[in-house]
Amino acid sequence: MAAVPERAPAGVAVVEAMAPSPWAVRRVKRETHDTMTLAIESAEGGGRYGFAPGQFNMLYVFGVGEAAISISGDPGAPQELVHTVRAVGRVTNDICRLRRGQTLGVRGPFGSAWPVDAAVGSDVLIVAGGIGLAPLRPVLYHVLAHRSEYGRVALVYGARTPGDLLYGPELARWRGRFDVQVEATVDAADPDAWHGHVGVVTTLIGRVECEPAETTAMVCGPEVMMRFTVAELEKRGLAPERIYLSMERSMRCAVGLCGHCQFGPEFVCKDGPVFRYDRIASWLRVREL
Amino acid sequence: MRTIDALLTDSPLFHGLSKDDLAMVAGCGSNVQFKAGTYLFHEGDPSDQFYLIRHGTVGLELASPERGRVMFATLGAGELLGWSWLVPPYRKGCDARAVDLVRATAFDGACIRKKCDEDPRLGYELLKRVSRVVGERLTATRLQLLDVYGRRA
Repeated sequence: MAAVPERAPAGVAVVEAMAPSPWAVRRVKRETHDTMTLAIESAEGGGRYGFAPGQFNMLYVFGVGEAAISISGDPGAPQELVHTVRAVGRVTNDICRLRRGQTLGVRGPFGSAWPVDAAVGSDVLIVAGGIGLAPLRPVLYHVLAHRSEYGRVALVYGARTPGDLLYGPELARWRGRFDVQVEATVDAADPDAWHGHVGVVTTLIGRVECEPAETTAMVCGPEVMMRFTVAELEKRGLAPERIYLSMERSMRCAVGLCGHCQFGPEFVCKDGPVFRYDRIASWLRVREL
Repeated sequence: MRTIDALLTDSPLFHGLSKDDLAMVAGCGSNVQFKAGTYLFHEGDPSDQFYLIRHGTVGLELASPERGRVMFATLGAGELLGWSWLVPPYRKGCDARAVDLVRATAFDGACIRKKCDEDPRLGYELLKRVSRVVGERLTATRLQLLDVYGRRA
């Protein structure tokens, strides 16, 4: 009789990571014309669900397929799992059509996290574009829950139009605090309906009060927006090793096996999605990647 | 009450200029106010003035028959409004509207150009400073043109 190994072979962990568990939709909230936020709970019971800000899950619409979706909920409220999903393809369209009580499969959480612990003691500058605010919202929840551990905190957020801004009530609530600087902008607006800032998100970075040598910047949005943002941050004096980006590539297996999300020597699903900028700077300039 | 040359030092555009240079520039300026909703200028107007915004927000707009008025940028305190006074044919390229109460210093473009022609050192210094602003706006416009945020509604 073969001896039972003390530790399960690595393959077992991979098999577990590849098997989705059923979760039921508890709440659905429309954010914009094409974006929904879903709160889900385990259909098998079991209470708490731990994750780190920046991580993602693979959400599986049974019989249709999977999509990698960042967790947008509060890491301090692990009894609920929240994702914000933009309908851009077949799977995400179907996820956005799910209603309370319906079930989907979940694998995860996967990937690297925002450096919320390493940023303790520093100023925190969060720069988000469009749906890129979703993976950064857990950072805000965490930082605001531990507000005294950080210096100045600023959120700079850009979207195409006022109707495309996510989490409107929360933006207003955060702005109403006296310990967070919130700057929002849109690329274009009807002047009769919007009285806020207009212009691309990079134009707001100069307004942020921070000490560049002691600031940790976390950036998420379309890749070109992140490149322009990094240039602006460097102009402000932030060193590359103080800037973190969340990358997006086609993620399939989520465990670094299939290679779909390869980005230079990195796999975005397991080495990322959050990378320190200096680690990937040279690859961002390779157009073929 | 602060003099115009003292007010100019608050802006990155004029920060670091010598007292004499500030006095030269301030000599072409006057303080102005615009109520919310009023237009500072319209597209096609002669560009005989530019502004340094001291308080409030100015929205830059263009109008098209399909979309009506579209605001494509806002400028706030410390920012330069207008650069077409520097290059022929000296015509405004868009509308500018006070979003809220705006206090600004208005400069006579012809007056500044004349002083710059007479003092090329000052002229080159101002040209570098205005060019930096124009370059930043061009960079922002490129990103805006890319319309990076996915599908439209």
